[in-house]
Order: sequence, then C-alpha cells, then structure tokens
Amino acid sequence: MSTTHYTKDHEYIRVEGDSAVVGITDYAQSQLGDVVFVELPAPGKLLEKGKEAAVVESVKAASEVFAPVSGEVVAVNDTLSDNPGAVNADPSGEGWFMRIRIKDAGELAGLMDEDAYQAYVESL
Amino acid sequence: MTDRQTTHDALKATPLNALNIALGARMVAFAGYAMPVQYRDGILAEHLHTRAAAGLFDVSHMGQATIAGPGAGQLLERLMAADLGRLRPGQMCYSQFLNAEGGIIDDLMITRLAENDSAERFFLVVNASRKAADFAHLRQHLPQLDIVIHSKRALIALQGPQAAAVLASLLPQVEAMPFMTMQMIESGGVSYQVSRSGYTGEDGFEIAIAADSAEPFARRLLESPQVRPIGLGARDSLRLEAGLCLYGHDIDETTSPVEAGLTWSIAKRRRVEGGFAGEARVRREIAEGPKRRRVGLLPQGRAPAREGSEIVAASGRPIGRVTSGGFGPSLNAPIAMGYVEASHAALATPVDFLVRGRPMAGRVAAMPFVPHRYYRQS
Repeated sequence: MSTTHYTKDHEYIRVEGDSAVVGITDYAQSQLGDVVFVELPAPGKLLEKGKEAAVVESVKAASEVFAPVSGEVVAVNDTLSDNPGAVNADPSGEGWFMRIRIKDAGELAGLMDEDAYQAYVESL
Repeated sequence: MTDRQTTHDALKATPLNALNIALGARMVAFAGYAMPVQYRDGILAEHLHTRAAAGLFDVSHMGQATIAGPGAGQLLERLMAADLGRLRPGQMCYSQFLNAEGGIIDDLMITRLAENDSAERFFLVVNASRKAADFAHLRQHLPQLDIVIHSKRALIALQGPQAAAVLASLLPQVEAMPFMTMQMIESGGVSYQVSRSGYTGEDGFEIAIAADSAEPFARRLLESPQVRPIGLGARDSLRLEAGLCLYGHDIDETTSPVEAGLTWSIAKRRRVEGGFAGEARVRREIAEGPKRRRVGLLPQGRAPAREGSEIVAASGRPIGRVTSGGFGPSLNAPIAMGYVEASHAALATPVDFLVRGRPMAGRVAAMPFVPHRYYRQS
C-alpha cells in the first residue's frame, strides 16, 4: 500500500512503508517543458521540509524542487543523468527524483491528497 | 517547484494571436506582447524540426519602419557603422545604433529600398523591446527624415532547410533570392515584403505582410507537412546555437560592437572615415583590442550555465559573466555565451562557471556552435 501526498509547489511524495519516493507532478513537468538536466542531492543528505532538495533544468530555465517533508536521502534516480526526459514522459514512475527516509510522519498531514491536489491544479 | 503566473492584461496581441492560441501555444508576456513561447510540440522538438525541415515563427512584435528623405543613407550613417552607400536597392545588412560612448542602443536589419522622388528609402527591423527607444533616437537625431512605423503589420519568419522550397511553392520568385536581399512581391492581391534572412543560422525568410493578410498566409504555409509553428523558446535556443546576440542580454548600451564580436559588421570605409556615434571607442578598440570579449562557452557536464553565472579563471579570479546560457538541442549539450577579460578569450581557455554557488568546469569555445547554413548561390 502506498499513499501519495502533494505540495503546493507541485512535488509529490509517495509513502511506501518507512521511506518515500519524491518527484514532481505531471502538471509541473508540463509547465516546465522539456527537462534537460536534474541536479540531485547526494545520498545521506538531510533534507529540511520546504528547503531546496533538487534543481530541475528545462531548456528555458532552472527551477528548484523543495523537500515535501524533512528526511534523509537514501537513494536517487541516477538514470535521470542519461535520460532527463523521463521526468516529462513518466514523472510519477521512471521520472522519480529520490527516495527519502521520513523524519517525522506528522509533517505529511500538512500536504494535499490526490483529490485536493487535482482541485488545486484546476484552480490555477 | 517555483512557478510564476503570468497575467496577460494590457498586453498587445500580434495579428497571429488567434492562430497562435488555436495552434495550442503557451502564451507569455514578452516586450509588452502576448507571445507564443512554445506550441504543442515543445521547445526541443520545435528546435530540431527547424534544423531538419522548416519552422514558422510569429515575430510580429518586432519593430518595422521605413525611413525616407534626401540623403537618408548618409544621415543614417551618423547613427551606425554600416556602409549604407554600398547597399543597392534590395540589399540589406546587419548593424547597430550606437550611442555617443560606442554602446549599442539596438541591433537591427536595414535594407535599402528603391528611391522615391529622389528620396532615399530604408526599411528597418528592430527589436520589440527597443522600438520606442529606437524611433525616439531617430526622431531626435534625424528630424529631417520621414519615419513611417508599420505598426499594423505582421512579421512571419520561415526558417530551415525546407523554407525556400515551401515558400517558393506559394511565391516562386523567392527560390533564387540571394542571402541578405529583399523583394517586394505582389501575389493574389497581397503585398509580401520578403527578405532572405533570419535568426536561426539556417536558410530562411522573414516576410512582412499586412495584418489582415497574415493569418491566411501563415495557414497556407502551415498546410505544408514540412512546416511546424515554432515559439520564442526554440527561437532563443536556435539563435544561441548560431552564436547570435540577443539585445538586453548579450549586448546593451554598455557593450561596444567590438567587445561583442560584431566588428565584422563595421564596414571598412567607416573604420577609416569615421563619422558615426561612438566612433572614438570603436576605432580605439579595433586598434588596441577591447578589454573584454564576448565568447562562446561550453560547460563540461550536463548542467547549463545560465545568464548571470559568474565566470572565474583557473586561479579562481572572477573574469566575466554568462550573458546567455542554456541547452543546445542540436548539440544535446549545454552551451552559453558571455563576456570574459580579453586575456582569457582564447579558444579552449579553461574556465569555471559558478552555478548555484559551486564551480563547474568548462572552456571558451568557437561560435557558432552549430555551423551556419545560409543560402549560397551555386
């Protein structure tokens, strides 16, 4: 069982047991356009909720990706260095950014669920 | 993810606005206009399509004007270092309006038109962001000339290796037009002012046309399977690969044409005779070399070095700044241009870019990054 939560900055965090996969949403990739480079953190890095976790570069511009919750990076998606287009093609699957070990599961309560996020995107 | 919402209130619409929206364009504010930054294909595909076939660009935001009067050529030569006396009717050249200190007020394309009642006439295409400043500059310094601003016209660029074949299927006269020439073509009751020029490094054309004829013409071009609509995003990556300057980024009122690597556009006669705004700095920099130079830059890794990134020498000393930087789709690699101290401008000089506070290795590289493929008569 997994549960996916969303931020207002269009990151998703999919909780799978005691760790979680972080990436950007389909809406985010469509707004960014073609992704050409993703700068990922080093495994072991401690992320702080709301602070920069990664940088995604499209042809046009660089955009920060923020940590949805605090936690430790346990793995990153190295395949993005050769295939950054996966972020556009499959943002919630092969285009994932990193896996983190969540520090405080209570921080998830402040995020949106699927329905709330879809309503939020439609309001933009 | 940070995202800024753009409001389109009070933006001007080009004559192709409805078509752009119908084609699925993502519209953004640019120089006071609602402009397509990309269509459905996206920037990478649009860029590569232009290099492979033909791309149609709405560049109606650019300023178009006709300047006329007795002795107009000599008068205009006071404001730019081009040799307008050498242009025959229908020939055009690239130049810059220079200020008294040799800085660039704007860069432009200028075409000599046929004389009318012994008045020399020139057609100018200038940057959208600078047209108000340009026209005020002309009126201030050359009040004796007539300036007609063609604000009701569209400008459509068709660029790429298939551009000539596609345009010639509608206007056969364009097939053999030499590069950097213009023709007035009447066809089916519509006037087309066609130049063989562009901003992509490819063969191509820019077509000035009355606003109400623009959409039907663009639709006819788009009927060709070779032609896709291309937005400003790919226009920027195409011109960056071609090593071409973008005003307000790579050149401005503080940069001289010599620093900017545009000395080729300063005619030999003008270097000798002078008689143009900013000539003291321009002639001094040609003779002694400028303190800084615009150069091509290649980051070593995959991360782009963006505009504003500081450039540092191997010693760690700051030597310049990136003025345009991004990703070159045809090269499948990051590319940039910027200014460095002249002592570090030699090809292959190793440099570091500060990207998000961290140094990233790269080197000075030759431009254009992608060879120009302008039309040459065989």
